[in-house]
Amino acid sequence: MRIERIEVQREIDEQEPADVELLNPLIEKYKDKKGNLIPLLQGAQDIFGYIPRVVFEKLSDDTGIPLSEMYGVATFYAQFRLHPVGKHIIKVCHGTACHVQNAKAITTSLKEILKVDDGGTTEDGLFTLESVACLGCCSLAPVMMIAGETYGKLNGAQAVKIVKKIRISENN
Amino acid sequence: METKVIVGLGSCGIAAGAGKVYDKIEAIKKAEKLTFELKKTSCVGMCYREPLVEIIDDTGRYLYGEIDEERAIEVINKHVNQHSPVKDFVVQSDLFETEDNTFTDDQVKITLRNCGYIDPESIEEYEEKDGYRALRRIAGHGMSRLDVIQTMLESGLRGRGGGGFPTGLKWKFANNNKADEKYIICNADEGDPGAFMDRSVLEGDPHSVLEGMIIGAYAIEATGGVIYCRAEYPLAIKRLQIAIDQAREKGYLGKNILGIEGFNFDMYIKEGAGAFVCGEETALIASVEGQRGMPRKRPPFPAASGLWKKPTNINNVETFANVPWIILHGAAEYAKYGTEKSKGTKVFALAGKIKRSGLVEVPMGMSVKDVIFKLGGGIQDDKEFKAVQMGGPSGGCIPAHLSDTIVDYDSVNATGAIMGSGGMVVMDETTCMIDVAKFFLDFTQKESCGKCTFCRIGTKRMLEILTRITEGKGEEGDIERLEELSYQIKDNSLCGLGQTAPNPVLTTIKYFRDEYEAHIRDKKCTARVCTKLLTYTVHEENCTGCTVCAKNCPVNAISGGRKEIHHIDQDVCIKCGVCYTKCKFEAITLS
Repeated sequence: MRIERIEVQREIDEQEPADVELLNPLIEKYKDKKGNLIPLLQGAQDIFGYIPRVVFEKLSDDTGIPLSEMYGVATFYAQFRLHPVGKHIIKVCHGTACHVQNAKAITTSLKEILKVDDGGTTEDGLFTLESVACLGCCSLAPVMMIAGETYGKLNGAQAVKIVKKIRISENN
Repeated sequence: METKVIVGLGSCGIAAGAGKVYDKIEAIKKAEKLTFELKKTSCVGMCYREPLVEIIDDTGRYLYGEIDEERAIEVINKHVNQHSPVKDFVVQSDLFETEDNTFTDDQVKITLRNCGYIDPESIEEYEEKDGYRALRRIAGHGMSRLDVIQTMLESGLRGRGGGGFPTGLKWKFANNNKADEKYIICNADEGDPGAFMDRSVLEGDPHSVLEGMIIGAYAIEATGGVIYCRAEYPLAIKRLQIAIDQAREKGYLGKNILGIEGFNFDMYIKEGAGAFVCGEETALIASVEGQRGMPRKRPPFPAASGLWKKPTNINNVETFANVPWIILHGAAEYAKYGTEKSKGTKVFALAGKIKRSGLVEVPMGMSVKDVIFKLGGGIQDDKEFKAVQMGGPSGGCIPAHLSDTIVDYDSVNATGAIMGSGGMVVMDETTCMIDVAKFFLDFTQKESCGKCTFCRIGTKRMLEILTRITEGKGEEGDIERLEELSYQIKDNSLCGLGQTAPNPVLTTIKYFRDEYEAHIRDKKCTARVCTKLLTYTVHEENCTGCTVCAKNCPVNAISGGRKEIHHIDQDVCIKCGVCYTKCKFEAITLS
C-alpha cells in the first residue's frame, strides 16, 4: 500500500545543499493556479533530480501550501523521489508481459553486479536500479530503460553487458 | 509520383532501433542526393516485426519488416534506386500474398484508422484523412447537441477503458446537468501492466483523440478539457502538445469554434505522477486538483459534481478516437460491427508468449482463439496454450478450454475475466498460474491507496498466503481462506481497484484449482516457475566437469574437480538457478 512509502525518520546529514533560487521561475509560473501542487513538485524534481527538504520548505513558504500537504502528495505518487539518485536510472520493467518473460532474471543479475537492492544507488553514484510497472513496450518484453533509451528482448547477461558498457564509457 | 519512404517511429519501434534506421536512411539520401520523400509515422501494430519501413512507389506499397541499418541500405539501394523490391524482407504488400497477411486480414480499423499511415505531428495529414471533418459537419449541418448524443446512443459505443458504460448515456447525463463551467477529461492514465493501446493511439493519431474530445465538449457544453496522461509516456505527451498547439492555431480550439456561436473550449495536458488508482474517475479528479489520488464515495457522480465540483465527463482515449468516425459514417455503420450488446471494434494489445505480439483491432464477437491463433500466429516455440489474461490486475485468466469465448463485454465477464482496456497476455505451459495471481496481487497491494480497510489489509493478507504457497509452505484451507478474503474485499471496497483486485486469484482458483492443490499438498510446481519447490540435480551423463557451475554457485553447494562429475549438496542449495542458466551442456536438471 502507498502508506509504505512514507518514511518516519529522515536522516538530516544526507541533505545536500540545493540552490533553491532555481525554483523561482517555476513558482512564478504556477503560484496562483488551481491544482498547482503536482506540477510544482514535478518541476522541482526536474531541476534537482529529487526533492530535497529545503525545496519543500521553499515551495511551502512561497506558495502557502502546507508542508504536510506537500509531503502527503509527494509520498503518494511513485514518480517523486525524496533521495538523490544516480546519474543513470535503470528502469527494469516488471509489467505482466515482462514478468511472464522472466524480467526477474534481469533485476537479479543487475542487483548482483551493481551490489545494490531494488531502488538503491551504487556507491559511485552512477546507477540507481528501479523496478517499474509497465513501460508499454510489451511486445519487446522483457525490457529495461536507461536514460530514455529502451533495450528489449533481454536476458540477465545482456542487461549486465549494457550496464558494464555504460560504466566503462563513464570511467574513461 | 515521388517514391515515399516511411519509417515507423512509435515508442516500441524506437526501442527496436527505428530511430537509427531513420538516421541512416536520411544520411544515405543526403550523401547520394536521392530524391525520394522520407517521412515518419507511428505504430503500425506489427510490433513483432519492428523496425518497420514502408515504401510507396508507382507500383504499390511495400511494408518491410525487421529492418536494421544494414538492411536499410540494401532496401534503399535495390528498391528505390534500382526499382527492384527486396521481397525477402517484405512483410506486407498490396501486390502479393505474404504470411503476415493473416495478421491483418480479419482486422477492422476504426480506432487505429490512421495509426501508421500518417505523420502524427502533422495536422494537415490528419485533415487529408477526413480529419476534423466530423467537427465541420456538426458546425456546417447545424447538428444540435442532442443530435450528437443521439448518434452516440444509437452507435452503441461503450466505454473502452474497461467499464463498458454506454458513452451516449454518459454524455446525456453530463448534458442534463446545467452549470456555468463544465469539464471533459480524457483518461490517458493507461496503467494496466500489459496494455499499450492508448499509448499507440496517442503517439500515432493524437488529433483523433482531440477531435473526439472537442465533439464531446460540444455535446455536453464543456468549457474546459484535460488530458490526464501518464508521465511514463513522454513521446505521447510531446505529440499531444504539438497536436493541441496546431488545433488551436487552426481554430479547432478557442472561441466560437468553427463559427458555432458560444462554443468556447480549450484543453491542456496534465501529467500523471504514477499511481494506478488514478484510473478511477474520482481519484483522477483528485489528482488533477493536485491532491493525493484517492477515490471518494459516489454519488454524487462526476457528471453532477466532478472537477472543481463542476459537472465533468470522463472518457478513455480509445472511446474518444472512435467518436469522429461515428459522426462521419453514422451510427448504423458503426453498429454494423459487433454483437447485440457490444457494438463496433476493440483494440487489443497482444503480448506474452505469443508469436506475433502487437496491436490488433477486431470486430467485437471474434473468438479469443481466433485472435490468438489466426491473428497472433499461435504460441511461441509451438508450446501448449494454457490461458490468456485479460483485463490486467482487475481481470482474470481465460483458460484454453474456454478459448471459444467471443470478445464482447458480457461473454468475457461471464468467464470471470473482464474486457478491461484490452490487454491480452498469453500464457503457455511454462507459466505458473499461482505465480501470475501473486504477481497481480503484489501489484494491487502496492497500488492500493489505503483508504478502505479491506483493500489495504485484505490484499496484503492474500499476498502473504499466495507467497507461502509458492514457497512450499501452503496449508490445507488456504484456498478457502483466499476465497473468503476475496469476497470480503470485493464487497467492502469503495472503488474499482479493490472491487476487482481479487479477480486474478478467483479465476485462477476456478480454472486451475488442481495447480493450487499440487503446490499446497505435493509441493510441486508443474510449470517449474516456483524455484523454492524445485530440486536441481546434475545429470551425470551430460556433465563434462567444466567447473563453470561450481565457480558460479553463490553458496558453494557444488562439489567436483576439473573433468570430474559434479554434485549438488541439496542441504546447502538455495535454488537460485544460476547453475542451470550457466551450464552449456544441459547437465543440470530441474525436477
